[in-house]
Amino acid sequence: MQKVRRVISVVVQNEAQVLARVSGLFAGRGYNIDSLTVASIPNSDMSHITIVTRGSQRVIEQITKQLHKIIPVYKVVEHSSMVEKEMVLIKFPLNENVNIANIQALFEAYNGSIVNASDKMIIAMAADESKRIDHCVEAASIYKPIEVVRSGVVAMERQ
Amino acid sequence: MKISGAQMVCEAINLESVDFVFGYPGGAIMNVYDEIYKQDGFKHILTRHEQAAVHAADAYARVSGKVGVAMVTSGPGFTNAVTGIATAYTDSTPLVVISGQVPLALIGTDGFQEVDAVGISRSCTKHNYLVNDINELPRILKEAFYIAKSGRPGPVLVDIPKDITSEIAEFKYPDSVNIPTYKPSYNGNNRQIKKAVDAILEAKKPLLYIGGGTVLSNAYQDVREFATLTGIPAVETLMARGVMGDSNELLIGMLGMHGSYAANMAMSEADLIISLGARFDDRVTGKLSEFAKYADIIHIDIDPANIGKIVDVDYPIVGDVRTVVEKITDSIKDKIKPQRYEVWRDILKRYNEVHPLTFEDSNDVIKPQWAIKRVGELIGEKATITSDVGQHQMWAAQFYPFDRPRQWINSGGLGTMGFGLPAAIGAKVADSEKIVVNVTGDGSILMNVQELVTASEYKIPVINVILNNHFLGMVRQWQTFFYDKRYSETDLSYQPNWKKLAEACGGIGYDVTTKEEFDAAIKDSIEKNQVSFVNVAVDRFENVLPMVPAGGALYNMMLEYKER
Ligand SMILES: Cc1ncc(C[n+]2csc(CCOP(=O)(O)OP(=O)(O)O)c2C)c(N)n1
Repeated sequence: MQKVRRVISVVVQNEAQVLARVSGLFAGRGYNIDSLTVASIPNSDMSHITIVTRGSQRVIEQITKQLHKIIPVYKVVEHSSMVEKEMVLIKFPLNENVNIANIQALFEAYNGSIVNASDKMIIAMAADESKRIDHCVEAASIYKPIEVVRSGVVAMERQ
Repeated sequence: MKISGAQMVCEAINLESVDFVFGYPGGAIMNVYDEIYKQDGFKHILTRHEQAAVHAADAYARVSGKVGVAMVTSGPGFTNAVTGIATAYTDSTPLVVISGQVPLALIGTDGFQEVDAVGISRSCTKHNYLVNDINELPRILKEAFYIAKSGRPGPVLVDIPKDITSEIAEFKYPDSVNIPTYKPSYNGNNRQIKKAVDAILEAKKPLLYIGGGTVLSNAYQDVREFATLTGIPAVETLMARGVMGDSNELLIGMLGMHGSYAANMAMSEADLIISLGARFDDRVTGKLSEFAKYADIIHIDIDPANIGKIVDVDYPIVGDVRTVVEKITDSIKDKIKPQRYEVWRDILKRYNEVHPLTFEDSNDVIKPQWAIKRVGELIGEKATITSDVGQHQMWAAQFYPFDRPRQWINSGGLGTMGFGLPAAIGAKVADSEKIVVNVTGDGSILMNVQELVTASEYKIPVINVILNNHFLGMVRQWQTFFYDKRYSETDLSYQPNWKKLAEACGGIGYDVTTKEEFDAAIKDSIEKNQVSFVNVAVDRFENVLPMVPAGGALYNMMLEYKER
């Protein structure tokens, strides 16, 4: 069966072990995790876990059902199209080959900017869809980045 | 009322009306054991191994329909219990396991007898708790029992640090639970049910595929009624033996790897499968692409994750088997006549005549199948049958005339050798009116043989029929069929003296080589009312047949084994 990429958004009760239960499910049943992010939902005792995974239609369906079975899981949303964003931080060395203005322009194209600068290096940030972040990282490679850190995807239903 | 954590544990068990707890003490759980000593509610049975405590509690639950409770200490006490917990998980038994844990301050320090119990058991419990505040203990205990028995049942672990069991706090056992994230659905969607009813009315060769969920939901009377009303024939899984009752004409047989030819052909030729609390296990389906090829599938299951997991389903219904079958029966009652499927039933009957479940009896040596049938003739419906894992288990499932659900207690899902004897103890405690027979093998019985002592001490008379082939028989059979008879590490010719072993532990032993001796041993054992070993020398090379070789199609059964 053909594999599809899916963003699954899980709302969980904030309690000990809950992340282990979710990630353990993926490990134990051999499901794939491309990225996973967690953060608490403001003014509630819930957290939001966003998981990017890949699998056949049957596997994706199983993942959502198995997630539902975890007792502290409140809600599982799986849609083929959600609003999704990812952030990346990239650190560049400062030397005669590097043109800060070019880097600034590049990151502006990806909803970003330069966020930190010192005499030896600068850090730039971009926030965009994952695919576009891929492009951004690729484009930035000509400036010989020292470090690239991606946040993983966060997502929200359109309706 | 202010009481200690240990008292809370005892109170909760008593408030849940559990009358027997199986367990084994140790440092981290000692405060609770001190309260057990002082209280006069439930009785505690000291097994001789934690694995056995969990199996006994498991069988207690399977026979009584109540929640089973097992209690163990931290570290090795808990790890010993894991096999039992996993066994209960796979067969969806409602169980609460209480484990001691090192004091809160020691957690994470590799303290003496510290293991990460919730981490280890996460994937083999329905839910688990590490208690870190005494004020939460009453709620957690209440939730544990509720989660264990509601929805699709399963084991729940409550891991309690030692200092919490000695701390004092206000105790009010909640009347109800409120877990906003856990709401099992029982009723089944009415639109889906209507569609399923229409499909049944259209079908020409419908088949009831009955699984262990039918037993768990106490649906057997409803299922029998539905079958009688409609004339739809039925096949049972290993976990569902007894649901239809042996004498029921509509029961075609057990299906699967060692199911009957007729049952497997019924699956292969049906045009509509009505799955009742079954989960399409690989031992049932055989090769998936050939499984029930001509059938639409109605899948009724309380666990949505079971639906569509293995096969595509045409009519998914999430709900309790009993509730849904009642609804289906109500709406189909006046619309269907059993005559409608007469031809279909005749075809299946014919399959059963052409290739019945059978064996070649002998007068020189006891055939294991004969022994099972004989127990059936001698004790019949008065027996609860437990079993271990291997050939003897399959023969028991094939040849015992089960009359009712909860009469047949076996580790179907995990296939845990060592289950039988402790399960027999739990089964007898749960229903002492019945004669409990553990059908076992000379391999399996040694995996929890220490429980002879428990059975003797508490005067729990269970009969262990050891079908002794001096082999790890089921593995030997595969070696015969698929490994050119290279009997790697399966020969059990070196044997204990079974009679003396039983006697040494306070039981009775019988060495049996003839049919007469077999009858005499069973009768004497029932009369003496003591735990016993009936060591039956059976044909060493008997094979369990028919067989669907692993990965083969259900309709391609090996009906006999020919020497190559
Ligand atoms: C704990 C455990 N270990 C290993 C196995 C694999 N296994 C399945 S059946 C079997 C042989 C059982 O032999 P015995 O109890 O003598 O029964 P028989 O098949 O001879 O009737 C083995 C080793 C198992 N099911 N459980």
